[in-house]
Amino acid sequence: MKYEAVIGLEVHTELRTATKIFCSCKTSFGAEPNTNVCPVCLGLPGVLPVLNKKVLEFAVRTGLALNCEISRYSKFDRKNYYYPDLPKNFQTSQYDLPICEHGHLDIEVDGKKSTVRITRAHMEEDAGKLVHHGTSITDSDYSLVDYNRTGTPLLEIVSEPDIRSAKEAVAYMEKLRAILQYCGVSDCKMEEGSLRCDANVSVRPVGQKELGTKTEIKNINSFRGVERAIEYEAMRQAQLLEDGGTVVQETRTWDEKEGVTKSMRKKEEANDYRYFPEPDLVPFTVSDEYIEEIRKTLPELPDARKARYMKSYGLAAYDADYLTNDKDRADYFEAMVAAGAEPKEAANWLMGDFAKLLSRDNLEMKAAPVQAAAMADLLKLIAKGTISGKIAKQVFSEMWTSGKTPETIVKEKGLVQISDTGALEELADRIIAANPQSVADFKAGKKKAVGFLMGQIMKETKGKANPQIVNGILTKKLSEQ
Amino acid sequence: MSQITIHDLHDKLTAKEISAVELTKQMIAHRDAAEGEIHAYLSVSDEAALARAAAVDARIAAGEAISDMAGIPGAVKDNICIKGETCTAASRMLEHWVAPYNATVIEKLEAEDYISLGKTNLDEFAMGSSTENSYFGPSRNPWDTECVPGGSSGGSAAAVAANEAVWALGSDTGGSIRQPASFCGLVGLKPTYGLVSRYGLLAFASSLDQIGPIVKDVTDAAIVLNAIAGHDPRDSTSIPMEKKDYKKALKTDVKGLRIGVPDEFFGPGIKEETKAAIQSALKFYEGEGAEIVPVSIPHIKSGVSVYYIIAPAEASSNLARYDGVGFGFRMPGEDIVDMYIKTRSAGFGKEVKRRIMLGNYVLSAGYYDAYYLKALKVRKLLKEDFDQAFAKCDVIAAPSASGAAFKFGAFSDPLSLYMEDICTVPVNLVGAPSISIPVGFHDGMPLGMQLIGPTLGEERILNAAYAFEQAHPEYTKTAPKGDM
Repeated sequence: MKYEAVIGLEVHTELRTATKIFCSCKTSFGAEPNTNVCPVCLGLPGVLPVLNKKVLEFAVRTGLALNCEISRYSKFDRKNYYYPDLPKNFQTSQYDLPICEHGHLDIEVDGKKSTVRITRAHMEEDAGKLVHHGTSITDSDYSLVDYNRTGTPLLEIVSEPDIRSAKEAVAYMEKLRAILQYCGVSDCKMEEGSLRCDANVSVRPVGQKELGTKTEIKNINSFRGVERAIEYEAMRQAQLLEDGGTVVQETRTWDEKEGVTKSMRKKEEANDYRYFPEPDLVPFTVSDEYIEEIRKTLPELPDARKARYMKSYGLAAYDADYLTNDKDRADYFEAMVAAGAEPKEAANWLMGDFAKLLSRDNLEMKAAPVQAAAMADLLKLIAKGTISGKIAKQVFSEMWTSGKTPETIVKEKGLVQISDTGALEELADRIIAANPQSVADFKAGKKKAVGFLMGQIMKETKGKANPQIVNGILTKKLSEQ
Repeated sequence: MSQITIHDLHDKLTAKEISAVELTKQMIAHRDAAEGEIHAYLSVSDEAALARAAAVDARIAAGEAISDMAGIPGAVKDNICIKGETCTAASRMLEHWVAPYNATVIEKLEAEDYISLGKTNLDEFAMGSSTENSYFGPSRNPWDTECVPGGSSGGSAAAVAANEAVWALGSDTGGSIRQPASFCGLVGLKPTYGLVSRYGLLAFASSLDQIGPIVKDVTDAAIVLNAIAGHDPRDSTSIPMEKKDYKKALKTDVKGLRIGVPDEFFGPGIKEETKAAIQSALKFYEGEGAEIVPVSIPHIKSGVSVYYIIAPAEASSNLARYDGVGFGFRMPGEDIVDMYIKTRSAGFGKEVKRRIMLGNYVLSAGYYDAYYLKALKVRKLLKEDFDQAFAKCDVIAAPSASGAAFKFGAFSDPLSLYMEDICTVPVNLVGAPSISIPVGFHDGMPLGMQLIGPTLGEERILNAAYAFEQAHPEYTKTAPKGDM
């Protein structure tokens, strides 16, 4: 039987506010343990929370970017459970009146477009971090708690089960990340935990309407993990059904090393969170004016930017998508164009050599050692015919390591292209005379003889001969022989 | 000294009849003599008190004006945080916990140059009406040490009644200021929910808790309220408003005041002597030109039920942080869960555990709608009842307790003790202000009456209370154990 996967994602994103959600402690990654803490985020006896207004603003901005309805009346609730990284043993979250509801975002995989509905997005506080003296809390002699992260604002974004493949799940995550970055609300680093993803996965025979039993996969720490974990879990469930078994509703954890999901706890072991309205924070209202103020601050979003790239720059959908799904990349691209680079060429370079070196050196776009203006200069040298595209690759690599301008590199290494027709004709005559066999081959109809002769000329000129001109000269001279 | 009040002592200090240091020393000596019998305090802070007193004396000597409370020794219920002092909530769980910060009310009192002689006893985490639930043993009623002082702010009431403090702060979640004030022949004020910041008060039930004064007379209540009331940005439930001078409400004129009397507050559980004392108080008001208006608050009958769902629900969550991980008492266990269980089993007393279980039960899946949600709905109906009543009257008169202070161990089953809260819990459920004042004696033990006001109606109830008090000095007596 053929099965299809049905996937819904629960994404947690850390909001990049300067201070925590309910106190004025700093939010920062990598500080000394337990330095960004105060009685409020430590949950000491007698303290009370006060909502950081910036968190509400970021939540509303994200909601608008995700086409959500913004609740005019909203409140916080307590989610009660015991865990040592949660100092109050309840998480202040939102239960039945989330700030954002009924949104959607569009994705495209292999040219197939689809819409994923967003059920809700709500504000909540993050927990601390446990450092185990062993592999887990159960087998450690002791564990340490770092409360720096406690009270970091989170936005939990829950999708409807509208995703049908691991690839679509990745596309959803990439689009969501792009939107969050465009809105300036999160830096979305999965490795640092500022973007986290739990996946609800079920399978059903193709054509069946009813949903199958789902499992929830936790502990996915990378985009690649999203794809692998979902792929594995869908296969596991399909295989189970194929073998006559049944899927058990449970929470499973993704084991990145082994590449498998493992059972964590069954449905019966699930927590009863005993949600109730947070009495220390009064329900709040959000006015139309406030929402409109925030709507005005929304930037151009990825879909609009992509459409603009296709229309104004004539880029292909794939290229426009690649550039715009990372805000920094798109900004870089536009800076290159603004500095005079030809858009299509700029796109090709960013997708090609530039991307290769970034990934080789494991760098973020922002940390690239070559600035957009220098890239534009490089492309201009090609356009002017000063260097060939082939030489340009060499120059680019040199720019990346030395930080020198392309002009300097071209000058220092004497890489200026030879476009002097007289000189090239002389050279062509010499090469033709030295290779009678190639001339014979050409006459016999073997066109690739031109390539061989071209190679010889390039060897002589150390790659600096203008290939278009040489090609013309060779073709002409060989035909005249 | 006989009747020791803030306002009297303030006059004596400014007239230089006594110094703050002398006064503080006298109070400390009297406290130490009385404590053996009363046990009002859980900890004392004499050094800090004397240092503050010396500072006040210096200001007086320099000819500076001092605030109403400056240099006058009081006491603070041991569920309110004072930086650097233990804050135990009368629980083993926090026996050695030292607060690293000041409650907002303490910051405000510091600005008034207050003096605290120490922290007072209470029922563990303010859960109870007698201080019998204190891990450190009960306090005793200065009128009769065989009797409870009331609770949960029983230590505060006992301290003031025994003249071990001139004034005290209590907290009131379901009557914990008013009932002990009534049992000890004192004035106790529970302000409107949101008038006094809860920041630094160890939460019992967040939507009901309020800090307020337990004092000798109505004037002192106004003075302490002046010091502690006001908007606090650290408490999201605090009401943004301008500061008021509550002393301006201290007038004896009650002509035209409409006093509502709801039958439901005078049901079969209320003792005859209580009813009689309140009846004669109402006669007094009528004689002064006030109007007695029959009103009805039908949902009072559900008040105790609603309270014992909402308060434990909030408490079960508020007290979840006492888990042995970050602070407070810890009993080691095999693993984390075992540690939680051992710590909370040994760290909490019986009543606290009972309420935590009750709270977890009413919030759990399958029971939430039937209990918690329903209780919220009835709470709303109760609020509507009060709103309708206050459309017809300015203040509501009610008993503070069914009768006078009861003897230790009088209530063996918790449910009948819960029923005793019938007069006080509805007020917390609707967030209204209420003052308890002495209205007479029965067998030598004080009886109390509540005057309940609408939201932010503190001035009205202070006015009504002051008028009665000024005409009845015989009810504002010093307890036998208070003689100095």
